[in-house]
Amino acid sequence: MATVELTFSALPAHVRTARLVATAIARRTGVEESLLDEVRLAVGEACSRAVEAHRAHCPGEPIRIELRDDSGRFEVTVSDQAPSDEIQQEQPVDLGTLSDSFMSGFGIAVIAGLADDVEVFPSPKGMRIRMSWPASLNGRAS
Amino acid sequence: MDLKLDHHNEDRLTIVEVEGEIDVYTAPRLRELLIDLVNKGNFHLLVNMEKVDFLDSTGLGVLVGGLKRVRAHDGSLELVCTQERILKIFRITGLTKVFGIYASVDEAKEAHGKDK
Repeated sequence: MATVELTFSALPAHVRTARLVATAIARRTGVEESLLDEVRLAVGEACSRAVEAHRAHCPGEPIRIELRDDSGRFEVTVSDQAPSDEIQQEQPVDLGTLSDSFMSGFGIAVIAGLADDVEVFPSPKGMRIRMSWPASLNGRAS
Repeated sequence: MDLKLDHHNEDRLTIVEVEGEIDVYTAPRLRELLIDLVNKGNFHLLVNMEKVDFLDSTGLGVLVGGLKRVRAHDGSLELVCTQERILKIFRITGLTKVFGIYASVDEAKEAHGKDK
């Protein structure tokens, strides 16, 4: 199956669209039904984090999401263009330090807890989050 | 699906009914409702999440924010949730230790009554 690429402007409303597209392609690629909720949530977290980062640093720039079938794995890469030199480390839950605004550290912690395989590449030019799940070797669309 | 919100009072408890998806787009509406309820003196909130289809970390942040606000008034914010896909995100983030999570509104009301 060919790679599917999607770019969207940094608006919260588009995150749902990205989730739906990722889930639909995961299903067609042959990801098990029991994993689709995890795909949906992890992709949503990555896109939400990117939208918040763009709104803070570069609201006019688009966010890119690539979805591909790679040798029996369904791989998703979410790339933003907002500077990110470091990743917030996972902290023990402390109600006093949690805020009700977006919790970017939580987002990445959630992705790490959901995706079978995750790599986060922060850089001054933007962050790239690559995650993948097992898919059948002959997914429905191949 | 969009987000539908409703609320009503039963004794000292304010039950917030949530239906749909809580994400970066819709979470601000839930935040506004929780702030409004607290500002109007409702300090014991029970959020029924049985009809929530999707919850992400933005939604968790709103619930944590609500909990902080009610606790400032010696109040409580508890949840009704039995859906595994929603409970999973609470477990991953360790928030099962922060929120009281009940299997039904009646069970939460009973527990709340004992705490009076």
